Amino acid sequence: MEAVDPTIYRLAIFVLAVFVGYYVVWSVTPALHTPLMAVTNAISSVIIVGALLAATAGVGAPPSPDGDGGEGFSRIVGTIAIILASVNIFGGFLVTQRMLAMYKKKER
Amino acid sequence: MSANLAALLYLASGILFILALRGLSSPETARQGNLFGMVGMAIAIVTTLFAVNLDGAGIALIVGGVAIGGGIGAIIARRIPMTAMPQLVAAFHSLVGMAAVLVAAAALYAPEAFHIANDVGDLKALSLFELSLGTAIGAITFSGSVIAFAKLNGNMSGAPILLPARHLINIAIGVFIAVMIAFLMASGGDAKTAFWLITIAAFILGVTLIIPIGGADMPVVVSMLNSYSGWAAAALGFTLENTALLVTGALVGSSGAILSYIMCKGMNRSFISVILGGFGEDGSASAAAGPQGNAKQGSAEDAAFVMKNAGKVIIVPGYGMAVAQAQHALKEMGDLLKAEGVDVAYAIHPVAGRMPGHMNVLLAEANVPYDEVFELEDINSDFSNADVAFVIGANDVTNPAAEDDPGSPIYGMPVLQVWKAGTVFFVKRSLGSGYAGVENPLFFRDNTMMLLGDAKKMTEEINKAMG
Repeated sequence: MEAVDPTIYRLAIFVLAVFVGYYVVWSVTPALHTPLMAVTNAISSVIIVGALLAATAGVGAPPSPDGDGGEGFSRIVGTIAIILASVNIFGGFLVTQRMLAMYKKKER
Repeated sequence: MSANLAALLYLASGILFILALRGLSSPETARQGNLFGMVGMAIAIVTTLFAVNLDGAGIALIVGGVAIGGGIGAIIARRIPMTAMPQLVAAFHSLVGMAAVLVAAAALYAPEAFHIANDVGDLKALSLFELSLGTAIGAITFSGSVIAFAKLNGNMSGAPILLPARHLINIAIGVFIAVMIAFLMASGGDAKTAFWLITIAAFILGVTLIIPIGGADMPVVVSMLNSYSGWAAAALGFTLENTALLVTGALVGSSGAILSYIMCKGMNRSFISVILGGFGEDGSASAAAGPQGNAKQGSAEDAAFVMKNAGKVIIVPGYGMAVAQAQHALKEMGDLLKAEGVDVAYAIHPVAGRMPGHMNVLLAEANVPYDEVFELEDINSDFSNADVAFVIGANDVTNPAAEDDPGSPIYGMPVLQVWKAGTVFFVKRSLGSGYAGVENPLFFRDNTMMLLGDAKKMTEEINKAMG
């Protein structure tokens, strides 16, 4: 048998994570569904790792073989993506924190 | 940093994100969970910074980008009123969608930076497929969220906009996107025009998918777009071969899907029928029939007197409370009642408000302890023991027709059985029907008293009368 394509392993991680997500999200109390949306918003901005790669395209590497100058474009859109994702990361986590701080138990 | 170490750190950050969601199972652990999420994000960012080659310009772009974006985000998070949370979440979704589009474009133009190019600078067909999906879903998320934002924020009417042959249009755009993806894959990444056509078509699809969905179905739309933003991130996680992104995408994708399911169940509607849109249109015929019978109207003094002498009062808030910002006055009313020895509880319907958990956040903002707030299944049997049900800004979620009138458009929807309480007070602006255009027969029953007026003003008057 030939070697398994690494993409299959990534697919396995992804599918397992969908199952983890399924069970974890069902256990979230309905009272916290709004903070859930805010925090999932924040964590999906981990897409910033792609933006960081884009913003540093071509640094310390020989010019690309096709020489189409795509690096400059990549750095511009990468920087815009960093800004957008940062709005979400800071905004998402902080607004979640603000909401969660409001949930209080009865004073006895 | 070695690639293996980086991969392990991304895994750690993925696990911290799982723990962040796990924390939300109870308000006690939620704050710690949020902290886990922040740490996970920090690990992912720092790991990436060690893995890439940095030059002066790169550092400036990154620091500047994070400072600008982070500053804006922090200011928004601090200033946004809690009632504006649905539109804020929609706006945040649109940013994730746009970021996905931009990252996919960068990966296409500079594949070397993403380590996905072959020796001649071409991309694997599989990578092209992944980033096409990333940009398509990202673009749908972006434009769909912009529409959702405009509807929630009142920049656009919440009424459904029904294009002729809209299903056909959507299918045609979908087929076009699929053909363009195949074309881009066959070109080895050289057909950059195809990429932009995919993106533009998906932007259009996002608009045509969301405009036919009415304002009251927004909880489903917001959840659905939440799910899309996750799937877009996951698609790019495959391109970037990044575990943190894959795990996050899967978590967010399933989270949004589950919330959509819960919202649909709360309305007894199928997901498909919500997506196809147009709800609230066909109901207009029955609304035109006008109110039947006589509704009893009461004053704030009547309500104050009855509630003061009650043993148990259950408060049922709805979207009208959010619009009127009546949550603080409501909490004061609850306190006054408790001071009179009345047992006070709050009942929340799953689709009350404009997003999942909307009412809970507003009550929490007004300092209502969360253990006085109950979900539908937990409190529905208590209405028969309650002397008063105080319905403020809610309507359809209390409509008995959902249980006993098979002809009603909302028949089968789970409702709060407020009519089982001794007296029902309805705080409403008018006797009109709810969003579904459905008449509420409860308004005309003997034990119902209508308190017509603005939710906040009426509650304040009751508080004054009680004092």
